[in-house]
Amino acid sequence: MLILHCPCCGVDAEETELHAGGEAHIKRFGPGSDDDQFHDYLFMRENPKGVHFERWQHANGCGKWFHAARCTATLEVFGTYRAQTTEPPKDIRDAITAKRPGWVWREFS
Amino acid sequence: MKHYSAFAVAREALRSHTGWERAWRSPEPKKRYDVIIVGAGGHGLATAYYLGKNYGIQNVAIIEKGWLGGGNTGRNTTIIRSNYLQDPSAAIYEKSRSLYEHLSQDLNYNLMFSPRGVIMLAQTHHEVRGYQRTAHANALQGVPTEWIGPQRVKELVPIINLEGPRYPVLGGLWQERGGTARHDAVAWGYARACSAMGMDIIQKCEVTGVRQENGRVTGVDTTKGAIECEKLGIVVAGHSGQLAEMAGFRLPLEAVALQALVSEPIKPCMDVVVMANTVHGYMSQSDKGEMVIGGGTDGFNNYTQRGSFHHIEETVRALVETFPMISRLKMLRQWGGIVDMTGDRSPILSKTPLGNCFINGGWGTGGFKAIPGSGWGMAQLMATGHSPLTEAFSLDRFKEGRFIDESVAAGVAH
Repeated sequence: MLILHCPCCGVDAEETELHAGGEAHIKRFGPGSDDDQFHDYLFMRENPKGVHFERWQHANGCGKWFHAARCTATLEVFGTYRAQTTEPPKDIRDAITAKRPGWVWREFS
Repeated sequence: MKHYSAFAVAREALRSHTGWERAWRSPEPKKRYDVIIVGAGGHGLATAYYLGKNYGIQNVAIIEKGWLGGGNTGRNTTIIRSNYLQDPSAAIYEKSRSLYEHLSQDLNYNLMFSPRGVIMLAQTHHEVRGYQRTAHANALQGVPTEWIGPQRVKELVPIINLEGPRYPVLGGLWQERGGTARHDAVAWGYARACSAMGMDIIQKCEVTGVRQENGRVTGVDTTKGAIECEKLGIVVAGHSGQLAEMAGFRLPLEAVALQALVSEPIKPCMDVVVMANTVHGYMSQSDKGEMVIGGGTDGFNNYTQRGSFHHIEETVRALVETFPMISRLKMLRQWGGIVDMTGDRSPILSKTPLGNCFINGGWGTGGFKAIPGSGWGMAQLMATGHSPLTEAFSLDRFKEGRFIDESVAAGVAH
């Protein structure tokens, strides 16, 4: 069972307490953007077989949203961090690099 | 290929079954093919079969990373139905269902197609309205379905509990000609027929790259070396995104795990397929007597073919209320498969930004039922460049806002 540490309330929450919120750090495009940008924003997810940054809500807990870095091929969790950021913090990136050298994710890797 | 028949069984019985030949060849890849299909699951094999049968294109290789039919073709709950709301969905799924009716004879392979009937239970008032609407839509589409009341549901499924406090049965959408088929046999039957046409099925051969020149595909790199081709079809379900990346384009898909489980075998107790979309559960009884139960998808991206236990618990908990007699059943096996989901929960059958490269994927939770129709349409698309069956499922529908929105139509469990 997937267990994620909630950085908001400090609880190690198991999957039944959590609600998955999909890919994190999506750059939003709205009025004024071109069709391709809007299409990619709406539909094109990274969907990697490997390192994935994603949003989670501690739904049956503190209720707050946070981010997690996880491997979709092994279900290994690299770490969780607060949602009030536009990119993963350095310690998370370092933790990933230690286990998955050469990982890629848009402009963050 | 030797013909399978009652006479063949009798002949082999007299000579200790020494005359059976292998159902398909396992050749080494040639240097070049007219068409390469990546993925020897049901959809890939069906595509190859109809390319050969309908269009005479028989210089075809079907390349498979694992073993034949070992992906979602061998992991589903074998339900066949075509009671969809949207016209393009109803067209391709009904084509598929009607092809299933004579597929055993067509392939000379017993698929154990059993048109036993499919009920989709309405357990909320919202679903009642939704299914009545679908029944009307199906009448216009020429797909025979019927809205039935709770008493008729009880006649068809005597083991059902209509008065569940949380999930009462308010009626159902009944498709009498829906049913099940043996999933492995679908892959094996198509494989045997493809092999008999001279097509090469190459297993344990992973595609590692897609070769291109001047915007057109020229071949693939594999673990068994480079293979050239004129046209390429990517038909790989959960790994569509990986193959698309090799070919240099992206797909609006996400991969998630979908689970199923079977109980110990019991005496016959339910001779129709029952789907309960409110609780993300569906159940039928296999010929061996096992209750085959399908669940919902996990909410997060996952490539492990392993689902979360609590999703199984949710499904089973709800089904136990609807079918109290299954509460003491032991569960024998549980497994997961990786399904690729699009934003509108409809598949993608399309040309791609790479010339002569075609994609068939995104079937989400409902691919098995579509195998023959999908192969039929995909073969037409690959051979002629256009198919009325697949036209609406093109890749550019997301940009153009032409969704085939089955996710809100509540046609299937998501």
